Amino acid sequence: MFGKHENGQQCAAIEGQLVQYLDGRARPAERHAVEAHLAACAACRSRAEEFRSLWSVMDDLPAISPSPAFDASLRARIAAEPQRRGFWDWMPSPRLAFAVTALVALSVWMSSMPRVMPSLPAAPQTAQVNKVGADFDFGMIRDLPVLENYDVVSKFDALSELPGPVAGSVPEGAKETR
Amino acid sequence: MARTDVQLMLDVKAGDEQSFELLLRKYRTPLVNFLFRMVRDTAVAEDLAQEVFLRVYRARQEYAPSAKFTTWMFRIATNLALNSVRDNRHRQMEISMDQTVDTGEDEQQPLQVADRAPTVEQELVARSRAELILKAIHALPEKQRAAVLLHKYQELDYDEIARVLECSESALKSLLFRAYETLRVQLAPLVSPTVRTDRVPANRSGQPA
Repeated sequence: MFGKHENGQQCAAIEGQLVQYLDGRARPAERHAVEAHLAACAACRSRAEEFRSLWSVMDDLPAISPSPAFDASLRARIAAEPQRRGFWDWMPSPRLAFAVTALVALSVWMSSMPRVMPSLPAAPQTAQVNKVGADFDFGMIRDLPVLENYDVVSKFDALSELPGPVAGSVPEGAKETR
Repeated sequence: MARTDVQLMLDVKAGDEQSFELLLRKYRTPLVNFLFRMVRDTAVAEDLAQEVFLRVYRARQEYAPSAKFTTWMFRIATNLALNSVRDNRHRQMEISMDQTVDTGEDEQQPLQVADRAPTVEQELVARSRAELILKAIHALPEKQRAAVLLHKYQELDYDEIARVLECSESALKSLLFRAYETLRVQLAPLVSPTVRTDRVPANRSGQPA
């Protein structure tokens, strides 16, 4: 590329260093080598100037701005992504995950504890409960004949409009209670 | 103290969505510009930029900071851009003769110049210059184009660009020299050292742009 310059071999040698030299990122040794060559080679010196000028021209390329919908569109694309979720990812927050873990652990611990019974002896308590239940049932049975009592039933106003009882049709239960 | 990109990405990996927002805010404009200059189509550039962020997000669980975040991100972007350019080229070869063929002249969407309020005439001149520059860059071979964009506009270090383009640093320097040499010739009408040497870019110790 630099064949027509004064020293083509040296010109070719700095090809790979010229850009780095011009952008200020060359190491000191490389910088000195390029500077020495530029001092001796008018063609490369001219080219270096043109490169600088080119970069300045390239600065005239304006930057464009992303459209206002850029972020919203990206968020929509992210939201449409299929979720790869592990068990813990279902927890919306670490606090909730900790709370659930603690609850599960507490439940397991409580279920593994031996069941502690009340201090009352089991047999008397059962007998007492049975006795109360039996008294209640007996009370209900004992009050049932009231409903079968003819005198009580016949004195209801609502029933007085009904046709009178046929003789001999008195229920057996009523006869017994009389 | 501001977190580094790698730290932000590690936070994203740990489930911090806000860190991803910070990375998005920091890199969406450079990424869209890089991709626009690669593919010369704003809609495609935005679509590709979103795809880059999407891939970064997808890969968050497997992220390991073995290199700079920008190296990783621009490597994804470059690969996507190169694939898009190749696909587009292949698609254009299949365009039927009765359809309008993109001549690469004046069919691109107008550039959205940010933060400038020039006169109409200045704007036309600026737009014309920008089109010339963009066209010259786009005419470069794909790898040279990517190298120039990453060097000139993204200011990546040489080792980063070499990793993005999967080549050695010496090969990259040679690549860059050939690319700038081509641009110097292509943009000769705009390059006039005697007039413009006062505008040497100096972002960091003489570094371009």
